[in-house]
Amino acid sequence: MAELTMAKALNLALTQEMARDDGVMVLGEDVGVDGGVFRITEGLLDKYGEARVMDTPLAEAAIVGFSIGMAAYGLKPVCEVQFSGFGYLAMHQIEAHAARLRWRSRGRYPVPMVVRMPYGGGVRALEHHSESKEAFFAHTPGLKVVIPSGPRNARALLVSAIRDPDPVIFMEPKRIYRAFREHVPDDEETLPIGESKTVREGGDITLVSYGSMLHPTLQAAEQLAEQDGAEAEVIDLLSISPLDDSRFTESARRTGRVVVVHEAQRSFGPGAELIARLVEKSFWYLEAPIARVTGYDVQVPYFAREADYLPDAPRILAAAREVLSHA
Amino acid sequence: MPRDEIDLRYTVERLSILDEDGNLDEALAPEASDDLLLSMHRTMLLARRFDERMLQLQRQGRIGTFAPVSGQEAAQVGAMAALRKDDWFVPSFRESAAALWRGTPMSTLLLYNAGYNEGGAIPEDSHDLPIAIPVATQIPHAVGLAYAARYRETDQVAITFFGDGATSEGDFHEALNFAGVFAAPTLFLCQNNQWAISIPREHQTQSRTLAQKALAYGIPGIQVDGNDVLAVLAATREAAERARGGDGPTLIECVTYRLSVHTTADDPSKYRSDDEVEAWRARDPIPRLQRYLQQRELLTDDDIGELEDALAAEIEEAWRDTKAQMERLDDPRNMFEHHYAELPPYLREQRDAVAGRARED
Repeated sequence: MAELTMAKALNLALTQEMARDDGVMVLGEDVGVDGGVFRITEGLLDKYGEARVMDTPLAEAAIVGFSIGMAAYGLKPVCEVQFSGFGYLAMHQIEAHAARLRWRSRGRYPVPMVVRMPYGGGVRALEHHSESKEAFFAHTPGLKVVIPSGPRNARALLVSAIRDPDPVIFMEPKRIYRAFREHVPDDEETLPIGESKTVREGGDITLVSYGSMLHPTLQAAEQLAEQDGAEAEVIDLLSISPLDDSRFTESARRTGRVVVVHEAQRSFGPGAELIARLVEKSFWYLEAPIARVTGYDVQVPYFAREADYLPDAPRILAAAREVLSHA
Repeated sequence: MPRDEIDLRYTVERLSILDEDGNLDEALAPEASDDLLLSMHRTMLLARRFDERMLQLQRQGRIGTFAPVSGQEAAQVGAMAALRKDDWFVPSFRESAAALWRGTPMSTLLLYNAGYNEGGAIPEDSHDLPIAIPVATQIPHAVGLAYAARYRETDQVAITFFGDGATSEGDFHEALNFAGVFAAPTLFLCQNNQWAISIPREHQTQSRTLAQKALAYGIPGIQVDGNDVLAVLAATREAAERARGGDGPTLIECVTYRLSVHTTADDPSKYRSDDEVEAWRARDPIPRLQRYLQQRELLTDDDIGELEDALAAEIEEAWRDTKAQMERLDDPRNMFEHHYAELPPYLREQRDAVAGRARED
């Protein structure tokens, strides 16, 4: 029983899964000796050796392509793309092969691999280090896209991702790597991929979010209760693909009012799909237009202005009040 | 602070064993039983005739676009004949001769070219990867397979095929680099067929050979007469032995020629001359091997005639089989198969909607 940061919780997942299954391989840039630039893979090299914890040359396409080969052989590579903004150099391997090899070979070659990538803003980083492009991956059949929101679910979801028979893009909101601690049990814990979770119950409005944005969303929910006496239900998606639409459509049917929050750009973002599902499945229950609180359709500004780009509790609260204002 | 020289080995070996007239360099000749020689010849001839038949079927609209192998049979069959069944085969999209050597049924290849995903199915016990279309992107997979094989303490190797154009792609360079760094038992078999659609080899790179690109990655590279099946066999065997022994990867450049179109959607008369094609036709790998086998009295004109008849019959049988399979594959819901181990709920909904439509029809 320990109180862990998300960084330590992810490390726990890797450490335990590598001990459990000698087919689990960790590879990427600086993941060995350095323990990863965010220290997620710290200590693995000493424990498991360089055959399994591979400091690779600086080549994202080969990191992913090589992992696909290992996965086709039957191993379970967990490769790290140092920042999601560099993942585009491997995009063709992810789209053309990781996502398709099972399908192309009619089941002979599943690709049980995990591509871990830190993503998102809020750490005063350089260009290409702050974006949220989960929609790129969620738009691709054959992939799963998982985004944790805290230490405990990060650990459980990473374990599930490693054991999953399909390729999982595991996006880690870097802003909360060390933002807070949670109790994380030593004993094995998993979470089903493709299932969202209700993290706050309420009957007046539904707030849907994931990743680091869950936290300002929860703050806004508390403020709404304190200041307006309105109880918000908050849903943490956890998986972007497969998107679990059963929970938020059910919630929307009860509340009739929905706000979707993500830091990804708005147009064609995850919120667009989510709202389309709401309109398809819960339209007759809606009592107000659905609101989106998202990043703007601009490049993420350099860090002096990133706080103006990223959704925060006041923006979410304002949107919730607007949605609640419709009679 | 001197300005001096770093001594780099900078020669590339070129290997040729059986010349255009069917004469053998005895000293270099690889060990090859009569059976092996005859079965290589058979597969090469089958690949050529199969290519010709598929071209007809494509022109008749019976199958779709495909990439003919004609001219490159020696580079593919010679390489595969050097390897074991449990070695890994990572093709690009022009490897029908190699696939036939591996035992892929022609009916499966036809089904693929007729536009059915089922034609890409790989049997469970196979070590072949499916066709990969985006140029060079399959090369890193071979390195990963090779590394995994070594990690699991087998002596399997992985061979991957690609063309001259692929050597300009980043994935080629990244893969060679990884293989070198991790000593992955990988055989990089480049079929330098002189043309990447309309771009000639000399516009693809200023390098004098493609084999020399190995030097930059600290791995062996060799140029081979790719129309000489014995030279390809010998070079691949040597590279495989090195890889099995833990000495890492090799780049093998097979100098060959694409005698036919890039794909059936291409008209080569726009970019290359008939004279050039005719000059290469004189170096055709199949008559070359045939002359040698006739000199050795392993094959007579009558044998060749009988073989041609037998191959033609096999090809027709395969096409009949393919047509029968196509009739059984008319359920549009097949498109939903094999995306995930388990179909997620939203895909079940979409599949069921297709089924609903099919019932209404």
